[in-house]
Amino acid sequence: MLKRVHFPTSALPYLLVAPQILITLVFFIWPASQAMYQSFLIEDAFGLGTEFVWFENFEILWSDSHYLASFQRTAVFSLLVAGLSMGVALLLAGFAQRVVRGAMFYRTLLIWPYAVAPVLAGALWVFMFNPTLGIFPYFLEFAGITWNHYLNGTQAMALVILAAAWKQVAYNFLFYLAAMQSIPNSVIEAAAIDGAGPARRFWTIIFPLISPTTFFLLVINMVYAFFETFGIIHAVTQGGPGTSTTILVYKVFNDGFVGLDLGGSAAQSVVLMVLVIAMTVVQFRFVERKVAY
Amino acid sequence: MVENRPLVTFLTHLVLVLGVLAIALPVWITFVASTHDQLRMNQAPLPLWPGNYFLENMKQTLFGSGLSGTETAPVWLMLLNSLAMALMISTGKIAISLLSAFAIVYFKFPFRMGFFWMIFITLMLPVEVRILPTFEVVANLGLLNSYWGLSIPLIASATATFMFRQVFLTVPDELLESARIDGAGPLRFFFDILLPLSRTNIAALFVILFIFGWNQYLWPLLITTDTSMTTIVMSIKQMLEAAEQSPQWNIIMTTALLAMIPPVFVVIAMQKLFVQGLTETDK
Repeated sequence: MLKRVHFPTSALPYLLVAPQILITLVFFIWPASQAMYQSFLIEDAFGLGTEFVWFENFEILWSDSHYLASFQRTAVFSLLVAGLSMGVALLLAGFAQRVVRGAMFYRTLLIWPYAVAPVLAGALWVFMFNPTLGIFPYFLEFAGITWNHYLNGTQAMALVILAAAWKQVAYNFLFYLAAMQSIPNSVIEAAAIDGAGPARRFWTIIFPLISPTTFFLLVINMVYAFFETFGIIHAVTQGGPGTSTTILVYKVFNDGFVGLDLGGSAAQSVVLMVLVIAMTVVQFRFVERKVAY
Repeated sequence: MVENRPLVTFLTHLVLVLGVLAIALPVWITFVASTHDQLRMNQAPLPLWPGNYFLENMKQTLFGSGLSGTETAPVWLMLLNSLAMALMISTGKIAISLLSAFAIVYFKFPFRMGFFWMIFITLMLPVEVRILPTFEVVANLGLLNSYWGLSIPLIASATATFMFRQVFLTVPDELLESARIDGAGPLRFFFDILLPLSRTNIAALFVILFIFGWNQYLWPLLITTDTSMTTIVMSIKQMLEAAEQSPQWNIIMTTALLAMIPPVFVVIAMQKLFVQGLTETDK
């Protein structure tokens, strides 16, 4: 926490932390406490009067079938995004780790989607799946599938999941690769001498040894799917058709900025904050000292 | 490699090549779309091979009026806005994080732990969950439609502070002792010893934060209403909306390509630092 030796106390440390603390107070602590305060208020639609209602907004939320459905949808969405992107990343990392020559080449070609903004990933995929022009609907037609994510909620969901997972594969791949490369070679060699083939070595040695990474990535991917996919949803489906792709973070935005239900939106924000805090705590407890961005 | 199995080696390369192709497919299609004229882009099936209009599309997208029928800023200005925002976020965040990590690790002062926890809490509050009140704060400060409004609220986050704290904790105490014996004050120590020691960490973090800043979407969307302040990433959404009336996929996809080139270039050029920054910060 602190160096054994340190500088004598003066005004200097206060000056050093001042910019960070100032920005944190103004743009974090104050807005977050405002969100909490607002979640206890009900404001009429014209902004004429507000009423302090304690937990009524939360009670309304928990009895709102739309909200509960959105919760469920978010869970399905984030599990599928995490599962798909982690599965593909694990497969690719498992093979990439075997490559001696050209490892750098494959790594370079696999990590760049990390740098693509989620909303751009959305734009790319929505273009490929454009019902009248897109490449995929054209080929799906031959398989007897009519693709129109503007009308079909399941297809819309599949599209945002694909776009979100595509972008996240790179991140998961890097972490899996790093984890696999930190396994001592002697362990793998010993197993090989004992006659275990590549597949068996993977499932009985490598996979269990990288399970902390898997857990860490699961948390990170859930957070990603919960929050950072906003751009994808906003650009690709706007939560629709109907509410079939309205995940929690989109609902906060929609109820707050479009529906102007400030109290309800703030209450949803608070629920989301609690979720992030829970995930962060879990992450810190199980995978200590891993800091991710 | 542990043993020599030609079949497995073949399978390895096959899977990796397929993976690379699947990952690259969307970008290939984007690139192809940016090389055809509007007429061709409105006929199904769309081409899978590049055409001859790449330079023309680039010119029209960068310096033209963007999509016809919509009022947007020229794309070169959006690129400039994105660049300014990304640079302000990355340098600002690194600067304030270095200073506060230095204070927290190397000084013992009242409220030290209070400050520490205050910074820690921000780890848990992504901008998405506090958009409305943060928007109000920025509006009240008169920072809408400005570079400051675009960047400052995103500068305050704890991850960088924590990373530098970790880095500083690995610096041997003897360095400080000898520096003090030689008569170096705190600032001298900071600039002459700590900064050079954390050079690679700063560079790695810069890469990550640049991408983070460049790719911001929701925040610029909310606080910029003036078209001259739009960033390229947020403009994609407006173009997609316009596409529903008059599809100009060649222009939209050229813009998308332009929006992803800088961060992708940074990742590939600085690959080693980027990977190090992402996976090895937990020393």
